[in-house]
Amino acid sequence: MSHSRDLSRGAAAVGSATTDTVHGHQGLLLEEPLLFEIDNPGAIGVDLPDPGDFTPRLGGVARQGEIGLPSVSEPEVVRHFTRLSQKNYAIDMGTYPLGSCTMKHNPRLNEKMVRLPGFANAHPMQPDSTVQGAFELIDGVAHWLKELTGMPAIAMSPAAGAHGELCGVMAIRAALDDREGGPTTRRRILVPDSAHGTNPATAAVCGFSVDAIPSDARGRVDVKAFADKLDDDVAGIMITNPNTCGLFEPDMIEIAELIHDAGGYFYCDGANFNAIVGRVRPGDLGIDCMHINLHKTFSTPHGGGGPGAGPVVLSDALAPFAPVPWVVHGEDGFSLVEHADDAGDAKPFGRLKGFHGQMGMFVRAYAYMLSHGRDGLRQVANDAVLNANYVVSCLSDVMTPAFDGPCMHECLFDDRFLKDTGVSTLDFAKAMLDEGYHPMTMYFPLVVHGAMLIEPTETESKRGLDEFIAVMRALVDRARAGDSDAFVAAPTMTPRRRLDETAAARQPILRWSPEVPTAEAAE
Amino acid sequence: MRYLPLTDADRSSMLNRIGVSSVDDLFVDVPAAARFDGTFDLPDHMAEFAVEGHMSKMAGRNTTTADVPSFLGAGAYRHHIPASVDHLTQRGEFLTSYTPYQPEISQGTLQALFEFQSMVALITGMDVANASMYDGATSCAEAVLMARRVTRRNRALVSGSVHPHYSAASETQAKYVDIKIDICDPDLDGTEDLTDQIDDETACVVVQNPGVFGHVRDLSPLAAVCQEKGALLIVVVTEAVSLGAMQSPGEMGADVVVAEGQSIGNPQGFGGPYVGLFAAREKYVRQMPGRLCGETTDVDGKRGWVLTLSTREQHIRREKATSNICTNAGLCALAFTIHLSLLGENGFRDLAMLNHARASQLADRLADVDGVEVLPEAFFNEFAVRLSKPAGEVVDRLAARDVLAGVPASRLYGAGTELDNILLIAASELTTFEDMDALVAALSEELS
Amino acid sequence: MADRKYTEDHEWVEVDGETGVIGISDYAQEQLGDVVFVELPDVGKVLDQRDEAAVIESVKAAAEVYTPVSGEVIEVNEELNNDPSLVNSDAHGEGWFAKLQLTDPTELDALMDEATYKTFVESLS
Repeated sequence: MSHSRDLSRGAAAVGSATTDTVHGHQGLLLEEPLLFEIDNPGAIGVDLPDPGDFTPRLGGVARQGEIGLPSVSEPEVVRHFTRLSQKNYAIDMGTYPLGSCTMKHNPRLNEKMVRLPGFANAHPMQPDSTVQGAFELIDGVAHWLKELTGMPAIAMSPAAGAHGELCGVMAIRAALDDREGGPTTRRRILVPDSAHGTNPATAAVCGFSVDAIPSDARGRVDVKAFADKLDDDVAGIMITNPNTCGLFEPDMIEIAELIHDAGGYFYCDGANFNAIVGRVRPGDLGIDCMHINLHKTFSTPHGGGGPGAGPVVLSDALAPFAPVPWVVHGEDGFSLVEHADDAGDAKPFGRLKGFHGQMGMFVRAYAYMLSHGRDGLRQVANDAVLNANYVVSCLSDVMTPAFDGPCMHECLFDDRFLKDTGVSTLDFAKAMLDEGYHPMTMYFPLVVHGAMLIEPTETESKRGLDEFIAVMRALVDRARAGDSDAFVAAPTMTPRRRLDETAAARQPILRWSPEVPTAEAAE
Repeated sequence: MRYLPLTDADRSSMLNRIGVSSVDDLFVDVPAAARFDGTFDLPDHMAEFAVEGHMSKMAGRNTTTADVPSFLGAGAYRHHIPASVDHLTQRGEFLTSYTPYQPEISQGTLQALFEFQSMVALITGMDVANASMYDGATSCAEAVLMARRVTRRNRALVSGSVHPHYSAASETQAKYVDIKIDICDPDLDGTEDLTDQIDDETACVVVQNPGVFGHVRDLSPLAAVCQEKGALLIVVVTEAVSLGAMQSPGEMGADVVVAEGQSIGNPQGFGGPYVGLFAAREKYVRQMPGRLCGETTDVDGKRGWVLTLSTREQHIRREKATSNICTNAGLCALAFTIHLSLLGENGFRDLAMLNHARASQLADRLADVDGVEVLPEAFFNEFAVRLSKPAGEVVDRLAARDVLAGVPASRLYGAGTELDNILLIAASELTTFEDMDALVAALSEELS
Repeated sequence: MADRKYTEDHEWVEVDGETGVIGISDYAQEQLGDVVFVELPDVGKVLDQRDEAAVIESVKAAAEVYTPVSGEVIEVNEELNNDPSLVNSDAHGEGWFAKLQLTDPTELDALMDEATYKTFVESLS
């Protein structure tokens, strides 16, 4: 691909965005073109030494011709990404009540710890003797997680929640295969209809079919409907607890007994562990495995979509099938089991990723655990649940809670309160943007019409909650006052207003191209 | 507790508002048998300085690649990260935001992802790239699954040039969905010819370039065979910097490129988090896993970005999704983008050539050491050597002399194979001539 | 005049001799919203009645389209690859999905005719 240095397209694009000011800036709200559009051949953001004499040994495949990357100096790069950052909402800026995502404060101590040279510069394949501190940390995080969940074993390598699900369901599959002495004849995984989409997707990529269990009128798993589905074709059940309606599943122990009696295993989705940490050990409920999103309960930053980490705690029944690698503690200190041949009696189902897991997330989570201690973590659960219930108590007279009774760490509303206002859940959420808030989770879980799932987290102050509640009440008043046009037009004060997602999906433009701005041009 | 804003006075006034007397009343749905009132075998909370002191000591028990000469690679590489990369990724607006599901207030993350996708497509020579995967190995596994969706065939052929973690991750991911994975023997001498093994049932051929033993090859002939047989050619790159010095996989005829992006902008960090790159030809875009960011306009006609083609993903498609993936490697992808922005066209190519130069200079020096045989003739910044003694033992002894000599093949393939004497040695822009002298001296003594 | 029949899942089939053209109803496209992509079956594919014949995607949803009748796919509407909005603008015409060589025309007898379908749709709202 030839690399055109033509700036006209970028200038035109930015130019079309200008309305009142020369370059489209609105005071502190600064427009910023693509880096490719500020390309200045000859500029550079690094200084590298001359390599000196050497024999080129690239065979016949040395790169010919230009790549097409932009050339920009360091000051311009810093300004570019600083301006981009200012178009983002973030926990550091305000309340981020995104249900099921646990957007809590990210302590900067955690960031400082992960940058300690002893962690940041450790290579994953160093000799064991040189990385005893790293193993000690992994072992420490593993101990905390096993202790807090009351589970005997853990697999540390999964890279995120969904990856943890994969780990857990593969362990179930491996255990069934082992028990049956060949590929299991059990084909179905039971998943409540309120489950996050990763649950059925995970079951599918492990070769199982998905059988949905309905929720009952209380927003919980319908135990009778579940029991009726049990037979010798069922491999297991995946239940999120607390569930995606923000409610504790009170029948977990009974469900565990039923699934075990039927010869299946119990996967618990630990995405909402934040609500019960320090108060309930999932192991006491009879589960076989549970992933823990370190980027939720243990506050490793979400970073605009990742990275995460999803260690999986395992029961004695599933522990032998955990994937490699794992840390062991022997007489000579810590070492690593990386190959099935070195695994003794264990029967690892395989390997899930490169190296040993999301070490950087372990370091952050460990700093968070030590900072809170066992006492502070119990307080985390208490305050998270208190904050959510406070929100319900202050909004239930104007909005419509989906279910009665106390909630756990998040509260679910449906859209009955918007009936006949001409305002949808989406419109309501977009109006929140103009008020300076990130909206709650919308249209999820699917079991409630027009769902609004609010999770304040424990790191929101009472003052912050009161301000949020005042905004929500004011918006409800405005919707009821018949001001639906304002909602449909919202947001108006954000860096961009509503974007045309239909056009984006019909004619995808997924990269910058020098000549023709459509994806087809890349052919 | 410094991270918890509620005071006891706040708590009691809130409980009062809710109409309960204690927070325990809010946990009424938890059955008595499920409540934990025992004592955890864990410490109570600690002051910030106490945590810092404790963890600093722990980190101090590692001897790392910054402390002593290091030649470690095998999928994770030591490169310099410009100070501004870390400064920018630490901005709270990037660090503490979620997946950009509300595009009106997430344009920063989205535009950066669009730039990331653009840059990944350019350096790999592909049409499109997604907004990142967990790491290179999981990216490879996802590519194998995608090849089955595209070709509706069930066999994957994995070259002996592929990093064992990548083939193992692919094998694991495929084992329960009826994909037959054939993994070839380690391609130590770089002469593997897969032509006869590609049949009409082959969904994809997975090959790594540079290979795990360092060989760089022209993949064009293999690409031609794949095309003839209707199999996808998936090219793995474990050292992203190599793309600045070598013809891109796209130029050689790859259909999919999966790579580990750690080398650009991200520390070694004992193995993660890293950033998986996933790039492909345009025609496969709707079969790709992971998030995609696309350009569009807002109601005022201003250009902006959104997550798009979401119907491939689990939150909509559930059990019919292309992948169960949800989280990506957002912040690591941002670090990659910022670092590559600083490098730019010339910096990226110069950095790659500097890496190659250091490796070539190191190979020259090692060629003179008795008991060391450099294996690849053509390589980028890493090459396998055959030692006169088992590499694992030599590496341990050199570590005691404060030299991290490289990755013994036995770490990747297990001990007790014909690869026991093979050592992988990497260099980078950070490798000094003093480092090289230290390695040469230590190896000479240990092998004599 | 060709005969058009409907299913309760809002697919239609228009029969002309031994071939039938299938699509989704105007009511269905309205429920889906802006269609952004249609995944069409391969020509030559043999479908049983109720098999998945296509997947239709809007921005935030994906829906399977089941064939109202059994048959072999002999032609697909390639125009939808360029312009999926045809499903919205002309669901009963330009927005057709595929043409099938029917294998069991008796299946048509159990489907709704235009008037019955109209009543059925009215009963939904």
